[in-house]
Amino acid sequence: MTIQFNDETFRDDYSFRNSDRAIRRFPFPFHEDSYMYSVNMEQHRGGPKDSIYEKRFDVDEHYLSEMRDRAQVLADDPLRCQSLPHMTLAGWDLLELIMVSKSEDYPDLFELHRDGDTWRWINKPMGIDDTFTFLDEATLPYGPMEYITRQAQGDFAVLDQRDDNLWMDAGMITTQADWSLDFDIGMNFFEWHAPVPLAHEKGIFVRALKFLLNIQQGAPARRLNWTMTVNPLLDTSPENYHKWGIQKTTLTPENIGAKQHLRVELQTFFRLPRSNALVFPIRCYLCSFQDLMTAPKWGRRLHRVIRDLPDELATYKGFIDNKPLMLEYLSKFDDGLPTSPGIWPEFETEPPLAK
Amino acid sequence: MSGAEKIAVKVTDIVPLNELVTRFKFERVDGGLLPTFSGGAHTVVELRDGAITRLNPYSLMSDPMDQRAYTISVRRDDAGRGGSLFMHNNVRLGDELTISYPVNLFSLDLRAKKHLFIAGGIGITPFLAQIKQLELFNGNWELHYSCRSPDLGSYVDELTGRHPNEAHIYYDDQKQAIDLVRLLDGQPLGTHVYVCGPKGMIDWVRATAAAEGWPREAIHYEEFLAPKPGKPFEVKLAVSNKVIHVGEDESLLEAMEREGVDAPYLCRGGACGQCETDVIDYAGKFIHRDHWLDEAEHSSGKKIMPCVSRFEGKTLVLDR
Repeated sequence: MTIQFNDETFRDDYSFRNSDRAIRRFPFPFHEDSYMYSVNMEQHRGGPKDSIYEKRFDVDEHYLSEMRDRAQVLADDPLRCQSLPHMTLAGWDLLELIMVSKSEDYPDLFELHRDGDTWRWINKPMGIDDTFTFLDEATLPYGPMEYITRQAQGDFAVLDQRDDNLWMDAGMITTQADWSLDFDIGMNFFEWHAPVPLAHEKGIFVRALKFLLNIQQGAPARRLNWTMTVNPLLDTSPENYHKWGIQKTTLTPENIGAKQHLRVELQTFFRLPRSNALVFPIRCYLCSFQDLMTAPKWGRRLHRVIRDLPDELATYKGFIDNKPLMLEYLSKFDDGLPTSPGIWPEFETEPPLAK
Repeated sequence: MSGAEKIAVKVTDIVPLNELVTRFKFERVDGGLLPTFSGGAHTVVELRDGAITRLNPYSLMSDPMDQRAYTISVRRDDAGRGGSLFMHNNVRLGDELTISYPVNLFSLDLRAKKHLFIAGGIGITPFLAQIKQLELFNGNWELHYSCRSPDLGSYVDELTGRHPNEAHIYYDDQKQAIDLVRLLDGQPLGTHVYVCGPKGMIDWVRATAAAEGWPREAIHYEEFLAPKPGKPFEVKLAVSNKVIHVGEDESLLEAMEREGVDAPYLCRGGACGQCETDVIDYAGKFIHRDHWLDEAEHSSGKKIMPCVSRFEGKTLVLDR
């Protein structure tokens, strides 16, 4: 299908909108009526047609606007994209992975023509047609990781694997849920996860690391993670907290449905072949509460999840102060009926709101 | 499903190098390209030997950038359980086999200012791929390669011909030995050491480097253990609700697979940790042979690596 790309903003006037199609395919992250951390990893090998799981790198209606927002973030703060010197080969691995995947999965939008080391890359939506020499940085306008991730939605953490650990040694991070590449660069898996509450005690990170170290070529994995964002902001970085943190105080019972967004990350994990590094794409999807409430199942479930969430998690995710307001709004969409298992909205079979 | 992704390949070349070592070349059955890989990676070759399936890991020695073919070199082990003998005696040109996607448990540390390779015998193979990878980027490396004799020095001529300044060869039968203390002492800061060879050599390099004050993170080693034969024993698998018999010549992992129990694995050589299994109950003694569990875990009686470790005694109940 041909995608109609939105012309929208994730700042200032916040003209970001989800079409009906985007709402239907939104990755609602709760498969049951409660939430706790778990090593909720599964194989990343396609999924239901037109779902965000179908392709290796999902391209949707927000593509061009997200790339424009990224360019702006980078112009204001170049340190959002960093690659330590030993990570250049991993950058080429990532460029190859994205170019091959996108040209195979979206042949109407992207083309890759390879003649030995001479590669021609055509990105039709962005109007790019570049010919370069693979593994020769001088033939690209940026380093390989920066070049390709300026053309791919979502953040990308590129992790070196050594000493039975993973190291945050490169990344393109402009759509993050309040963490900083510039702060985390060079840290290992336990160091950069140190601020997360409760999960350490449960041994989550030891098990998650073991799983990630064993991710093999040709067998990528995925999971969903989530948080809350007031206004459809992609760049909720610590560097800009002074700009967006204050916006959390602007919620009212009248505007919460439109302003409060559930922020979901589709996190995938691919082993990179030439460098043996691991790439961790973190793709952010935003959906306003009022759009979510169009699915009766999601309305019922989101209320129950937020109501029963431990306060430590609501604090860590930054919405403890707004939790009463959220519950007041969400409770109107919970009629107490049971919900079907799984994350999909089940528009056709789930009963309408009886309230 | 257990193990890495699989690829159907055809044997397109078999070259005996010397009395012990033979090289095999694999290309895809469908004529397509193989995945690229990183130097130090291995593949697990599946061999149908009558009723049993043999799964043997071998280091990839070809150029990691060459996607047309993979090559491996197999040293015949007359005292082993027959995997390498099967490769030497039964695999023919044109045979179709299944191999796994490349898995790397012996990766280069790309931060290194210099890579110092120490090889013993057939342990040369992962370095052949790593050298090709480093040459592409003008990497700084040096090889010290110890063989029994010139006749058994696989790839010595190729190495010394192409890299006369980097490749240093030592022959046991000429009483040549690596002067390790001196070699380590002369290295620039930021050097990483990689050793692949017999267990004795790995232990010697690790112990010497530690005694000389080298950081543990700068010493890398790979030793694939082949499962050793042992006394037969019985195991109860609690999850599958089965009692299985482990024969003299098979590993616990192989016995589970024979009984249709889907047990995770990757390296099948005691190194990767993938097959780690919880022990629920036991009366007897473990014969731990892996590199994965630490000493405390070995003596705890709570864990076993079924790819290489065995058991002697009355009762063993596993969480599998």
